[in-house]
Amino acid sequence: MANTNSSDGEVLSAPLTIEYPFRRSTGPILGAFFTGLREGVVVGVKRSDGSVLVPPSEYDPDTAEALDDLVEVGQAGKVTTWAWVVKPREKHPLDRPFAWALIQLDGADTAMLHIVDAGSKDRMKTGMRVALQWADERVGHINDIKCFVPEG
Amino acid sequence: MAKIQALEGVEPVTMIDAPARLDYTFTAGRATSRFLKGLEKKKLLGERSAATGKVYIPPRGADPVAGVPTDEQVEVADCGTVTSFCVVNVKFYGQAMECPYVCALVLLDGADVAMFGLIQEMPYEDVHPGLRVEAVWVDDNELSTTLENIKYFRPTGQEDAPLETYKEHV
Amino acid sequence: MRDVAVVSFAQSEHARALPGVNEVEMLMPVIGQVRDQIGLDKSRVGFTCSGSTDYLAGQAFSFVMTLDGIGAWPPISESHVEMDAAWALYEAWVKLQMGEIDVAMVYGYSKTSPGDLPDVLTRQLDPYCYAPLWPDSVSLAALQAQALLDTGSTSEREWAEIASRSRASAKNNPNAQLKGDFDPDVILADEYLVAPLRKHDCPPITDGAAAIILAADDTARELSKRPAWIRGLEHRIDAQSLGVRDLVNVKSLQLAGSAAGVSTGKIDFAELHAPFTYQEVLAKRALGLGADVQINPSGGALAANPMMAAGLVRIGEAADRIMAGEGDRAVATATQGACMQQNLVCVLEGE
Repeated sequence: MANTNSSDGEVLSAPLTIEYPFRRSTGPILGAFFTGLREGVVVGVKRSDGSVLVPPSEYDPDTAEALDDLVEVGQAGKVTTWAWVVKPREKHPLDRPFAWALIQLDGADTAMLHIVDAGSKDRMKTGMRVALQWADERVGHINDIKCFVPEG
Repeated sequence: MAKIQALEGVEPVTMIDAPARLDYTFTAGRATSRFLKGLEKKKLLGERSAATGKVYIPPRGADPVAGVPTDEQVEVADCGTVTSFCVVNVKFYGQAMECPYVCALVLLDGADVAMFGLIQEMPYEDVHPGLRVEAVWVDDNELSTTLENIKYFRPTGQEDAPLETYKEHV
Repeated sequence: MRDVAVVSFAQSEHARALPGVNEVEMLMPVIGQVRDQIGLDKSRVGFTCSGSTDYLAGQAFSFVMTLDGIGAWPPISESHVEMDAAWALYEAWVKLQMGEIDVAMVYGYSKTSPGDLPDVLTRQLDPYCYAPLWPDSVSLAALQAQALLDTGSTSEREWAEIASRSRASAKNNPNAQLKGDFDPDVILADEYLVAPLRKHDCPPITDGAAAIILAADDTARELSKRPAWIRGLEHRIDAQSLGVRDLVNVKSLQLAGSAAGVSTGKIDFAELHAPFTYQEVLAKRALGLGADVQINPSGGALAANPMMAAGLVRIGEAADRIMAGEGDRAVATATQGACMQQNLVCVLEGE
């Protein structure tokens, strides 16, 4: 351990890296979502009132009712809120300025979190339309969506 | 799933990889730092609680009985008595030792809590509570601020310690 | 229901980093102070509950190690929550209501300085669709802030004024980390960190600890001349996914506030755990607090935000003011999770 420059000058410190090599079970509902991403479609789940959750969950977040009525939704939608990252962090999906956004896809009634590669903050606006861009290689993972881009 | 054409007849995804790596700079605190710096000089520094008189090693700066700081440093011996042990036969990721090997709790002379250590230089089936052992240190030019300075403990050849000297610890 | 009160509160110095101490060493003086200032022997504490999380310092089972610092041998009756210690206080309050004990101790602490807090906090998110993207805590707050801005009911200027007021109030708080005079016009000219949030909209990253002693009925009257009685205590949680929540109406805080009886009497002051400036706007609305209510006389979480303790600190700061006779009725809140997912409300009264 190395000496740390602290007020009492007597304390040792050392680098510590913790790695979690998790492989997680998806279950059938999220499994269908990720299978869909690998196959190039976006899958949601329908609630008993007919509204559609994307990403799908195994349960209705309001009523806790079990859900399994899977439906395909669109690959474009609208930004319901966004946040512009001026200086991306090392672990962020992009290494240049981008927007985090909640995106409500066509045919969905809830919004999903992803990023918008818009180039400039000036192109971002709540309610704007964005289209999904697929990653070149898809394995069944949220990163199969490379990003969203402003439509048109 | 039947009505989503793209999902028909394809191998379903059942698992995702979700690895994470977090980097820290760990700081040891005052008491543990004093202990680690002692190890660099082949000294085993415990800390005594004024409230209970007990000597804790390795010290964390607290007396767990009284809940007060310990701040008197006390050097304890690098030999002591095995209070308990186990023989490790299970292999696991990151294991530094070859199975089978012995992990033990060693009550160092002058300490009031037993410390973890390996027992070597004897058949594992002969390790037993009461066994007197001493630390085997790395070469002086390899000493640093780490508990790895003690490679393992080995039997001293002394007679077993009487049970009453360590019965609080079994 | 038994009458239960806060009778003692103590906190550490709060700082960006306290590298000179480990978690046990950071906590011990706080535990000593919270007991000693009311002359309480540790043998009278019938139940102890703590709040912390190992991810922050990367120290596995740190809550077991910190038990060394309170004197937990022979074994004491204790519990732990992987949450802000305000929820540990809730568990202790329930234990006191069960009538088996008269005194409980609650503490929370974190050393966030060894790690990278915005990254570490991503590990509390949905591990399938959120965490793999590493959306840091400031970015997620900025999503909620933008949604609030879009309602047209607040402004970045109002947020700068909240930051300025909080850090000016903190000048009277010897434990606060970030304090001083900040002109809203000047800080509003700063660059965005993650738009629409600037640095002043965000809480400082803090190492620190806090502890509270709770006591019931006559024991509370014995231990404090003017106990801060807990008249309402409730916590609620919203759905985890941000996309299914109404981000600009914090339902869990509304419901907890209503159940705790915030509006059943005049509130003299509020200690709101609103780590980001805009969250104070949301919290005031959810609790129905008017312009007459003094907000965060301590400086709030914008002046010091020790994870797992900052909510407990709000209850402690409010209780200290009640015990000192500086007000008769106060509300304190604690919040957890991304974008105020889970909220606790505590109503305190003096006699």
